[in-house]
Amino acid sequence: MKTNETGKTTRREFVKQSSLIAGGLMAAPMISNAGYFSSVDDTIKIAVVGCGGRGTGAALQALLSKQNVKLVAMADAFRDRLDECYKALTSDDNEEGNVKAKVAVTDANKFVGFDAYLKAIPLADVVILTTPPGFRPIHFAEAIKQGKHVFMEKPVATDPAGVKKVLETAAIAKQKKLNVVVGLQRHYQNSYRELYKRVKDGMIGEITSGQVWWNNDGVWVNPRKTGQTEMEYQMRNWYYFNWLCGDHINEQHIHNIDVMNWFKGSYPVKAQGMGGRQVRTGKEFGEIYDHHYVEFEYADGSIMNSQCRHIKGTYAKVDEMLVGTKGVVKCGDAVISSKGTSLYQFDKKTENNPYQTEHDELFAAIAKGEYKFADADNGANSTMTALLGRMATYSGQVIEFDKALNSGINIMPAKFAWDANPPILPDANGFYPIATPGVTKYFS
Amino acid sequence: MGSNYAETGRDEDEGPQKVVELSAFWMGAYEVTFEEWDAFFKNMDVPQTKAIAVDAVSRPTAQYIDLTWGMGRDGNQPTNSMSQAATIMYCKWLYNQTGVFYRLPTEAEWEYACRAGTSTAYPFGNDPAALKEFGFFKDNSGGKFHRVGQLKANAWGLYDMLGNLSEWTLDQYDPGQYQKLADNAKNPLTAPGPRYPRVVRGGSYADEAKDSRCANRVSSLADWNKRDPQIPKSRWWLTDGMTVGFRLVRPHQQPSKEEIEKFFAQYLK
Repeated sequence: MKTNETGKTTRREFVKQSSLIAGGLMAAPMISNAGYFSSVDDTIKIAVVGCGGRGTGAALQALLSKQNVKLVAMADAFRDRLDECYKALTSDDNEEGNVKAKVAVTDANKFVGFDAYLKAIPLADVVILTTPPGFRPIHFAEAIKQGKHVFMEKPVATDPAGVKKVLETAAIAKQKKLNVVVGLQRHYQNSYRELYKRVKDGMIGEITSGQVWWNNDGVWVNPRKTGQTEMEYQMRNWYYFNWLCGDHINEQHIHNIDVMNWFKGSYPVKAQGMGGRQVRTGKEFGEIYDHHYVEFEYADGSIMNSQCRHIKGTYAKVDEMLVGTKGVVKCGDAVISSKGTSLYQFDKKTENNPYQTEHDELFAAIAKGEYKFADADNGANSTMTALLGRMATYSGQVIEFDKALNSGINIMPAKFAWDANPPILPDANGFYPIATPGVTKYFS
Repeated sequence: MGSNYAETGRDEDEGPQKVVELSAFWMGAYEVTFEEWDAFFKNMDVPQTKAIAVDAVSRPTAQYIDLTWGMGRDGNQPTNSMSQAATIMYCKWLYNQTGVFYRLPTEAEWEYACRAGTSTAYPFGNDPAALKEFGFFKDNSGGKFHRVGQLKANAWGLYDMLGNLSEWTLDQYDPGQYQKLADNAKNPLTAPGPRYPRVVRGGSYADEAKDSRCANRVSSLADWNKRDPQIPKSRWWLTDGMTVGFRLVRPHQQPSKEEIEKFFAQYLK
């Protein structure tokens, strides 16, 4: 693991570099004709909407994407989160690289509040949507309406009405040929891509079942502060409220559920399962469950068993295993085997950073004026799959995909304002109503 | 310390060989295990913080995913995937608990202990064929770490110095360090600078035999946290440093309280 000290360019590399330059020259006229960019030069302008840890990460990766990019606008509900993000992006000691020179956000282009996105989006060519997922359908619709390319984080909604809206917006994005990448980054990870290729080529035959896991300790809590409105409290603790987060089966476990959908090439038609709050019962944990176990069924009868748990001190596992008629894929190990014999082992030394790759590929396409990415449909359908799981565990009933998707169920607030009431409120003791299997009903 | 020019698999940064003088110390016979780590990590009396507390003892945040990557979490398995700063906080916690100062070894101490009096590529000679009796490396690990102390110890009773998990040391990585060292230098240590690169030693379950030689030096990389999607990235955990763990030393001569405080402040800032 030593630094490579050869400074010489070999002939082969030289040829490669030369042809790259030629390619660049040929691509140039196409860019100017495409009229993609709002600026006279070819700088790709970026706005980030949602400046938390992930938004900061995504913005950094976009700025590291090797294209001629500039961050021109930032938006967040909270001033402090926006300031922290700005500070991190303009810091001189980012481990992954210094992007300070690519941050061109004037104070006038830092927008705070629920409507901040409306002001940031017009200033950019590409919009990064990284707020809590409840807002995604609204932000995505606005970005596409304004003709922007989009990188958006998963999940893309927290209720069926939101999923529906994202699907409708995705159709418009396709008509307008706007690139959309969704942060289901396993699609951009070398090992998964290699496994997928082999599964598509039939190495494990037909997929008949899958096991997917996201079991771990759970996430942070931000204690209630005096003077906070209920809206602000929930926004600061968005993970624990369904209108913002969609429960952890949606917010994290979607990654694993999505892998099965992806490899299977379809989405479940129905689900049933069980779940509850066994350990994480305090009022600081809002309304979400601490465990879900869901049996998803696909049209051909194959099953995905999905388990996710947020309980400290329990067995941790984040992985996927797909079982086919001729073999098994273990995604974490990146191995395909049959009856204990290895058929394929991905070389982990060639693993990439998928969070960087998703931006590298998106911005390369945009710079070349190419239309290559339409991830929103899958993002929406995998989000719907996770929500199907939540509806199944909350109600204890069998929930059908199409029925749920078309139900119009909408759990978002009627009004976004700091003094407005969120859709779920605590009782006199500060506890929130919790879904109860057998009692909670979505369909009569 | 360092390797002979003729040693197979040798890298430039392992030379020139230098004789150094070390103060007496005890070293843990095993890599720190999950049982020992959890006494700290799951100690609910210690506040959990996202940033590493400089003035107090704090505890790592929950792991976002399973950072053993399915290799297991038995009490006797070696604890892995933590940053160097997290190991220093472990030492600080232990000092608060016991009043005894433990720390990571310096590179020089680590190599001295690993060699156990030998000057060959491995503590058992120059032929890597016997490595499988002493350490879990690529050829005998099955791609994962194993419970500590399963194989033969070196002559001084230290287990898993080579292979299993590579081990954090205190030193900043400097490829030219040995050239700068005076002969008979006393307790050499390259002082901490930027968070990367620092030195890990001993090779791991994933490495070839040549990377598990006594003298081999590995520099830590920002890449060891590449899959952390958040900025700032975790100060506690490594998303792609699953091969890294640590073991402790206890200096025979305990430093003064002021020196101990200075040490922690220097490594936790």
